Amino acid sequence: MAKDVRKTFGATVALAGVSFAIEPGRVHALIGENGAGKSTLMSILAGATPPDAGELTLGGAPFRPRTPQDARRAGVAMVHQELSLCPHMSVEENIALGSESTKWGFVKRVEMRRYAVAALGRVADGALESRIAPDARVGDLPPSGQQLVEIARALAQRNCRVLILDEPTSSLGADEVERLFAAIRAACAAEIAVVYISHFLEEIHRIADDFTVLRDGKTVGAGTVRDVAASDVVGMMVGRAVEQLFPRSIRTPGDVVLEAKELGGAVKPSHATLTLRRGEVLGIAGLVGAGRTELLRCIFGLDRVRQGSLRVLGVSGVRTPAARIARGVGLLSEDRKTEGLATALSIAENLTLSRTGPLGPPGIVLPRRRRAAAQKWMRELSIRARDPEQRAGELSGGNQQKIAIARLLYQDADVFLLDEPTRGIDVGSKAQIYELIDRLACSGKAVLVVSSYLPELLGICDRIAVMRRGRLGPARPVAELDERTVLTEATGA
Amino acid sequence: MSARPGGEHAWRRFFAFPWFGPLAALVLVYLLFALLVPETFARSTNLVTMARQTVVVGIAAVGMTMVIISGGIDLSVGSSVALATVVIARALNGGAGPLTAVALGVAVSAAAGLVVGAIVAFGRITPFVVSLGAMTILRGAAKGLAREQKIDADARGLDALLGVLPDDASWMIFPPGVWIFLVLAAVFVAILHYARFGRHVVAVGSNERTARLCGVRVEAVKIGVYALAGLLAGLAGVMEFATLTVGDPTDSVGLELEVIAAAVIGGASLLGGEGSIVGSVVGAFLMTVIKTGSTHLGLPNWVEEVVTGVIIVTAVALDRLRHRRP
Repeated sequence: MAKDVRKTFGATVALAGVSFAIEPGRVHALIGENGAGKSTLMSILAGATPPDAGELTLGGAPFRPRTPQDARRAGVAMVHQELSLCPHMSVEENIALGSESTKWGFVKRVEMRRYAVAALGRVADGALESRIAPDARVGDLPPSGQQLVEIARALAQRNCRVLILDEPTSSLGADEVERLFAAIRAACAAEIAVVYISHFLEEIHRIADDFTVLRDGKTVGAGTVRDVAASDVVGMMVGRAVEQLFPRSIRTPGDVVLEAKELGGAVKPSHATLTLRRGEVLGIAGLVGAGRTELLRCIFGLDRVRQGSLRVLGVSGVRTPAARIARGVGLLSEDRKTEGLATALSIAENLTLSRTGPLGPPGIVLPRRRRAAAQKWMRELSIRARDPEQRAGELSGGNQQKIAIARLLYQDADVFLLDEPTRGIDVGSKAQIYELIDRLACSGKAVLVVSSYLPELLGICDRIAVMRRGRLGPARPVAELDERTVLTEATGA
Repeated sequence: MSARPGGEHAWRRFFAFPWFGPLAALVLVYLLFALLVPETFARSTNLVTMARQTVVVGIAAVGMTMVIISGGIDLSVGSSVALATVVIARALNGGAGPLTAVALGVAVSAAAGLVVGAIVAFGRITPFVVSLGAMTILRGAAKGLAREQKIDADARGLDALLGVLPDDASWMIFPPGVWIFLVLAAVFVAILHYARFGRHVVAVGSNERTARLCGVRVEAVKIGVYALAGLLAGLAGVMEFATLTVGDPTDSVGLELEVIAAAVIGGASLLGGEGSIVGSVVGAFLMTVIKTGSTHLGLPNWVEEVVTGVIIVTAVALDRLRHRRP
């Protein structure tokens, strides 16, 4: 169905020639590590991104959707991780939205009910406990119910031929997964081709017929699920070329600065236990959505802590982010654009945002001092910009990230919580950040790094703990780990 | 589960209506004033008076509710009402019949709403800014058209819309304007709940991207909403003219805030997707009752203003609580 599809974003090659075919009535699993190109491929199929090269065919005819509406009209429906429903409306209204039949402009309620009940019947498989009331408000349903409504809406389209499910089980409990699988089987019975994207190999083993493995934007393996062992699939996923040398000085761990016991947040993490010492780099590996970011946010005081104990730099209990910063904890957000930086403000303002004390008398910020402080750290981290007053949003990703890190240095943090510190930045900046992390650890700071890029974690960390579905495994020295063992633990293969 | 599942279910649903809270508040406040000043406030003629005073805000609130449900806001209502009174007065003075004058006034306001909607939909400018601009533009246009002064006009029977009923028509209980308001509200309740257009308004306000994905013509819906809100503001202008019998370009300054307050008390969420026309009508009545009751009690004006403000915030806070259930 897809042949030699390519896509590049600027200098990043997201897809370097991917081909795969899906058949009606079968479930095709698309497997790959974070950043392997799955999401790009799917957004091309769903019409959200146009491909640079390659061709798509649907049932023999060329398929070139320009918008998601186009794709939907052609019979390709996508169910995203973030659900796309109207929460204030009823289940039946959501299913019929955009294709209501009317008389004098008024919706024919009886017909709409019939349409919705038929669609729900297809996904709920007739089982009583999985039935969804057509007049329930969608916002009142649990995530699994909402997902079923969205699948029902896709299947209700008369010409639905391909159903794409992106990480459908990431927010579901075990029994809810069963409901979803029943719905998928029902879709297959209706001769619909299902594309199933997931990291979880045990799920793929249960539900999928065929599979394709992506790595670095290329197809590296394909076949029938029945004929392949999970360990072989993991083998295909790993083995990326490591283009980087990781600086690592000899470091001696000092006192414990961070100690979490059975820490639990609102949903994730649950029962996370870890210790972090001065002069140490501890890595948290895991898949996207495993709860790694939430763990950092709980420690920093951004997310609510529901249970467990926490002791950071001699302070017990939960504190607000302001108190954490005052004590010497710094958090680097994974989301540079909307949380990590105020992109409309200048470099100098961003850099000094978390500590304005030294910039003038109490309550006053003197622009001259702010500028001087910014210039010092821009030199230190070789941030390339015209001027400290330049807007942060105008800089490249790498330079933006360096500003965000420079803020932690400027506020003189002792404990660094770094969430995806090298996401979306160029190789040169990556190398500088690795070097900086090494320097920090050598000077007695403590660093906790979350990353989805395994070679990087294995390269820069002293110990690594793996998180899976909200649960944090034990931290082990990197010498005992390799990509395959970490990935096996993260995917539950 | 229950022995009478139907009965219990029906009660639950009744409590769950977004306008249930405001209605309870309205009844309570009314009873309170009726107890405090039984000899004047509780009289039936006072009820008619209060209904008359609610018509302008009420009609405009019906349109505002649709706009807010669609995720927008319309700040130009007050100016639109003033412009309509001026247009009607000038048309009457120019020799037009009352029906023609009314049609002209309403058409001007509806056209203004249409333009606001088109700019919001195609210009992708936030409704707050577009309607803020429209508020000033329409106010200026009204002053220009009226040459900066009030225009006296012979109302040619239009004043009967909200006037005291003559004895031979006392069977109507309320003057025709009040009935027009109530019928309009009922019609728009039906449109919002049962017409495809109405459901698409809710869909756009609830999740615009989803609505677009499902083939809803989001731009057309937005234009329609603002045009209808303009049309209703024009009708509110007709009622305002019926009360004043002059075209006054400086009239109804700040009316939009009263109208928004009525919608918000009635359960509309400024984030879109939520709101109730019945609730907004109740909200408009609630504000009139507080105003009138305070006057009858002899309370100074400022007390009434403080109370209204407290009610607005309390209504929204209670609504949040209702939504937070487990």
